[in-house]
Amino acid sequence: MISVKNLTKDYTKADGNHIRVIEGLNYEIEKGEKIVIVGPSGSGKRTFLRCLNLLERPTAGQIFFDGEEITAKGTDINKVRQRMGMVFQNFNLFNNLTVMQNLTLAPVKLKVMNEKEAREKATELLKRVNLLDKADVYPASLSGGQKQRIAIVRSLCMNPEMMLFDEPTSALDPEMVGEVLDVMKQLAEDGMTMVVVTHEMGFAREVATKVLFMDEGILLEENTPEEFFEHPKTKRLQDFLSKVL
Amino acid sequence: MNERIINELIESFGKLLMAGLKVSLPLTIASFSAGLIIAFLVALAQIAKVPVLRHLVRVYVWIIRCTPMIVQLFIVYFGLPSIGIKFNSFVSAWLVMSLSVGAYCSETVRAAIQSVPVGQLEACYCDGLTFWQGMMHVIVPQALRTAFPPLSNSIIGLVKDTSLAYSVALVEILATAQRIAARTYDYFWLYLEAGLIYLIICSVLTVIQSRAEAALERRR
Repeated sequence: MISVKNLTKDYTKADGNHIRVIEGLNYEIEKGEKIVIVGPSGSGKRTFLRCLNLLERPTAGQIFFDGEEITAKGTDINKVRQRMGMVFQNFNLFNNLTVMQNLTLAPVKLKVMNEKEAREKATELLKRVNLLDKADVYPASLSGGQKQRIAIVRSLCMNPEMMLFDEPTSALDPEMVGEVLDVMKQLAEDGMTMVVVTHEMGFAREVATKVLFMDEGILLEENTPEEFFEHPKTKRLQDFLSKVL
Repeated sequence: MNERIINELIESFGKLLMAGLKVSLPLTIASFSAGLIIAFLVALAQIAKVPVLRHLVRVYVWIIRCTPMIVQLFIVYFGLPSIGIKFNSFVSAWLVMSLSVGAYCSETVRAAIQSVPVGQLEACYCDGLTFWQGMMHVIVPQALRTAFPPLSNSIIGLVKDTSLAYSVALVEILATAQRIAARTYDYFWLYLEAGLIYLIICSVLTVIQSRAEAALERRR
């Protein structure tokens, strides 16, 4: 479904120097897979995720989505992003809109559905995450866990074929992590293709089809959750796991 | 202050107020509306980094901010006719004041738009919305809330700036007071009264501002 070829990303620092955050990364993601990416901060995992929907423009390399090269010049990236939802660490709900308006804005403006269909779809999804009573409130009055569940639902309203999660539970109070992970697990069970950057090793172990370890911009190790956690091959991953587990 | 002056002031109060309501206030509203549209276009041209245009608007802001409004008024009203372009007093004043509001408020609007967290626009992108759709439905409405107090400042400033249109023969509040005083020689009282009219209009605007801000706050 997604094919990443030789992905490289450099940032230009304020002093004009370049730093390489991703170096020659190759990876294939099949439909229905749940990929969890872990690694220390500054390892490039978030940048990798943000390259997949071109929030970050790769410096070099190619990304294919269903055979189409989305890194090619002239690709309608908005069309691609409609098929690829994303959930952020900081939720990024639209603060000036009610929950219902948050959910229906894109589907209606992009003519994916009409107003009535969008509201029906949003209502059904809100019911599924037990937040229908919040339909008409503004995001400021929601808890972090509620915001994140709404953010997931907002992406789902566009009927995406895959979902990207950028540390979705890192900004949450500990007691709210569970409610968000539950929604993500539900989504995984429904067969959604997911790419998740997270520090939740329990989630990785339970849900992932593959776990990726990134360090200093390099995809260092990739394996099934069992092998990844029980028999880490590299010294770097062994050290990392001994600290986080 | 004798009875004659009191009677004169009572009579002139109505005339000054009417000049305010019929000339100064419409000029303010017309200039501010047009100016705000310019301000948004100028701010967005810079934020969206529209080629060429983003540099042109900087030149526009530079020229307008660095020349006195009264000079601009003289150029438009007294200068342009010599090359065959004639505007009446009101249109001249409207033109100059719109351009002025556009230049000054573009900075306010630009700062307000840039104060909206970048994640809001990224979330728009991730839903498949374009830059302009995101601006229109998400970023600008939030920026307006931030920009509201400084923009209110600008509109109140503009009410007082309309007195400059006196210099291009527009019969607004100040000119009306001047005309009455020229007949009666009560300059002190008439100019004081003109000041009072500005005070009243601006006070009303101040009340509207705080009410509107409270209403915006409730929508969070």
